[in-house]
Amino acid sequence: MGAALLLAVQEDGSSNIINENFTRLSTFVQDVIFFSVKVNGAKIPLVVVWLIFAAVFMTVYFRAVNVRGFRHAIGLVKGDYTGPDEEGEVSHFQALATAVSGTVGLGNIAGVAVAITIGGPGATFWMILAGLLSMSTKFAECTLGVKYRRVNADGSISGGPMYYLSRGLAEQGKVRLGRVLAVVFAVFCIFGSLGGGNAFQSNQALAQMRTVTGGDDGLLGGSGAGIAFGVVLAIFVGVVIIGGIKRIARVTDKLVPFMAVFYVTACLIVLGGNFGAIPEAFGLIVEGAFTPDGITGGVIGVLITGFQRAAFSNEAGLGSAPIAHSAVQTNRPVTEGYVSLLEPFIDTVVICTMTALTIVITGAYTEVGTEGVQLTSQAFESVLPWFPNVLAVAVLLFAFSTQLAWSYYGAKATAYLFNESKTADTVYKAIFLLFIVIGAASSLDVVIGFSDAMIFAMSIPNLIGVYLLLRVVKRELREYEQDRASGVIVKVSERV
Amino acid sequence: MPEVIVVGVDGSEAGARAAHFAAQHVQGPSLVVVVYVVPWSPYTVQTAEENERRSVAKQRETDSAQTSIVDPLLAELADKDLKAEGLVRHGHPAEVLCEIATERSASHIVVGRRGQSRVRSLLFGSTPGNLIQIATVPVTVVP
Repeated sequence: MGAALLLAVQEDGSSNIINENFTRLSTFVQDVIFFSVKVNGAKIPLVVVWLIFAAVFMTVYFRAVNVRGFRHAIGLVKGDYTGPDEEGEVSHFQALATAVSGTVGLGNIAGVAVAITIGGPGATFWMILAGLLSMSTKFAECTLGVKYRRVNADGSISGGPMYYLSRGLAEQGKVRLGRVLAVVFAVFCIFGSLGGGNAFQSNQALAQMRTVTGGDDGLLGGSGAGIAFGVVLAIFVGVVIIGGIKRIARVTDKLVPFMAVFYVTACLIVLGGNFGAIPEAFGLIVEGAFTPDGITGGVIGVLITGFQRAAFSNEAGLGSAPIAHSAVQTNRPVTEGYVSLLEPFIDTVVICTMTALTIVITGAYTEVGTEGVQLTSQAFESVLPWFPNVLAVAVLLFAFSTQLAWSYYGAKATAYLFNESKTADTVYKAIFLLFIVIGAASSLDVVIGFSDAMIFAMSIPNLIGVYLLLRVVKRELREYEQDRASGVIVKVSERV
Repeated sequence: MPEVIVVGVDGSEAGARAAHFAAQHVQGPSLVVVVYVVPWSPYTVQTAEENERRSVAKQRETDSAQTSIVDPLLAELADKDLKAEGLVRHGHPAEVLCEIATERSASHIVVGRRGQSRVRSLLFGSTPGNLIQIATVPVTVVP
């Protein structure tokens, strides 16, 4: 498929052929992954129900660890429990920061706009709720990620669903099931990395760059320019992931937290400028959540939209985050579980909510015809006319860092499938770069359809494994809580 | 118990001068603890690849500091019939030197200085500068 698309670009030079071929692929995978049932006229994709159920179930099963564990998570990130012998290793803060820079991306800026366009302001309510509940899912999967990580012969660490599915289930005597789930996960992870972690990012980065360079008649207006943009972005990503120029990755990763803070500040300025309208916006969000007007599927339709976009943004239950979290230095896997529950909080409860409030408060969502990141951009423009330019830079950085993070996830999955083969690694990375171009050359609805399908598919093998291993997580949590209660685990400052 | 003197070295000439200064001024059965601190902060943002290899990198940094910086100084001190020990640690240099001084009940910390400009010190800080603010024992800065 990829090679055919590449040929199409060479022969025709237009993005139309890419778009058409990609649409066909996208429709097919969507039909399979988003198999839906109809309830009261609302189409409910079963895979979204699967994620909602997991988030609710794990919150109950771990007795609201998302709420109970919050303070302890902050303490761990601050380094309150890091002893001097752990200096120089990957700290909880570093593991979280790496995971967050992969998670915070266009899902937070463009994805939220998509949710509000489809589900109205009420989608925000369900998105926040989804963010809070899915902290428990993240807790479970990241604990497992550390528990079953593998220390390779060269001393490096490999972790993630591939390992807890295969090694964890093998412990329970389910060797074959574990192996099958791990392989299925790795395959979906590779495709997910090409979709949401890649094509969606370049698609929306281009959309915003196009907006600030004069729209359809501007520098990046034509379809050829879209491809050119994709190629340039692909070269930058390629220089890092194939060329091994890590310096660029380091610089971007340092800029991402700064941009995230800057972005939230800009949201607060917009909200401050419309201070009086905040209660009304909250009113719209709550009202829209329970009595949505004119939204297909009513409450259920809005709920599904909110949950879907939240999951797309914070990745809880998908199995991507455990790959990034597993390198942390700790001998208690559950500590990273605690820390990881901050990730959906930062991503969804803070950043996504900020975007949503900005869009709702400025009324930008009522305008017909704008979609994705352009809607967010317009919301900002109404208060800060110069902001779209800054947003373009932020979006480009977020897209770039998310692409780097996902190319790492995909490469780890490839390494697992092909036994650390160097050739497979290079082939995967080449395909990854191709999808950057495809993402830039296709239209938003096609890209988001494909991205969603692939990303959500990852949750199927991942969560089956997490359910089967829940007792392991529970045991780790219980022992850890006992040790905290009995004073075995205390802050470094309180140690004698 | 012998007097313990902590010497902070950084691989530069100044670090070596600090060690020699300590060697000249110790009296009786003193112990010189030569410390190299690899500057490291738990609050930096790193890539996933860096994280995955961090343990390996830490070991490499420790070994290389031990063999190329600490061991040669220990050999020099041994030649002068002084009792000396070497340590390589990760962290904030000034803070780690103070921690070690406390751990070992040292009576004195000796460090060199690089003679960096005011702008550089302002931007990046300086270990002697930080050290004299937080140390709980006397600090000697060797020019």
